[in-house]
Amino acid sequence: MKTDDFISMLASGVTPVDRHALAKRFVVAVLVGLVTATLLVMIVLGVRPDLATVAATPIFWAKIAFPLSLMIGALSVVMRLARPGMTPGSGKLLIVAAIAAVWAGALYVLVAVAPDMRVAVILGKTWRVCALNITLLSIPGFIAVFWALRGLAPTRLKLAGACGGLLAGAMATLAYCLHCPEMEVPFWGAWYLLGMLVPTAIGALLGPRWLHW
Amino acid sequence: MERTTHNDALRSREIHLQALFVAGLNGDERSYQVFLSELSGHVRGFLRTRLQRQPGEVEDLLQEVLLAVHNGRQTYRLDQPLTAWVFAITRYKLMDFFRGRSRHEVFNDSLDDEAELFAEPHLEPAQASRDLNKLLKQLPERQRLPIVHVKLEGLSVTQTAQMTGLSAVKIGVHRGLKALAQMIRGTR
Repeated sequence: MKTDDFISMLASGVTPVDRHALAKRFVVAVLVGLVTATLLVMIVLGVRPDLATVAATPIFWAKIAFPLSLMIGALSVVMRLARPGMTPGSGKLLIVAAIAAVWAGALYVLVAVAPDMRVAVILGKTWRVCALNITLLSIPGFIAVFWALRGLAPTRLKLAGACGGLLAGAMATLAYCLHCPEMEVPFWGAWYLLGMLVPTAIGALLGPRWLHW
Repeated sequence: MERTTHNDALRSREIHLQALFVAGLNGDERSYQVFLSELSGHVRGFLRTRLQRQPGEVEDLLQEVLLAVHNGRQTYRLDQPLTAWVFAITRYKLMDFFRGRSRHEVFNDSLDDEAELFAEPHLEPAQASRDLNKLLKQLPERQRLPIVHVKLEGLSVTQTAQMTGLSAVKIGVHRGLKALAQMIRGTR
């Protein structure tokens, strides 16, 4: 086919483009990710029995703020990276700031406790399952975010995949907060972060394979 | 002085092409066709300088870029320079091409590249070696028929739906063109 004929073919019968198509895809992906992870926590893991009491304490909301900030940061970056020619933008500052804040808080707590208690504070009671649970909870959101990206045109596939994975991990962690009994900042800085880094790394690996167009 | 005139020309081209493209996004077929025609001259000129050792590939890659521009047109943000958007698509396809060929040419990504995308157009089309008609024929019916009737014969969506009995004509066109892009990638 000649290029001129091909152009006529592409142009013929074009209809107006939905200006919000990109935002709609991510709304769907975030809803699917959050709702499925929350349902899985409620049905499979169970909501922590003292949730009503603990929800009245500031530390619970500090815990929520960590994955929430990462979720907003990752969403903002991944929505930009879904468009050709866009930089990651300021969302990455939010990601860095959230991790820095949790690590600063963790350091503060660790300095304050007795040296022989430090390892126990980091490990908490559930370190064996935390990262694994978050990774498993992130699977539906991961698929939804990759579905959203596949309909768009990311050009930096590894980075877009990693940010998509981080978004899925952050959504899973947010839901996991309803179950997880750990209230020590060092625990979040280690195991929540690890749980979110696993889907991030998987996203970076799968991005070039799944997102090409 | 000469540099200023050159930059002015690039800027006015950006504004001109963006106006055509945005009209196309709003469903103006005529503007969209003019946009794609003018864009193809610029992208052809750009690809010719990048693919000096493979001149035979220029027209095929150009068609691939045009298809990618069309399939990805919903990702364009109005406040974004069109040059940057088209350049990122062209660069992506060019790098994909080099990777597919496992060539070791280094893609020289100097700062001037993006600006030079809309430099002097190259209007002389070459012969495309890949026949898109053949690839179109390999698409499943539910995608091929909508493309043939709506995009090649110029029938309306409603007429096509009546003729073929397919309910999702628009989706068929959309998915078919996406599938075509993946087939092109596969044949490289």
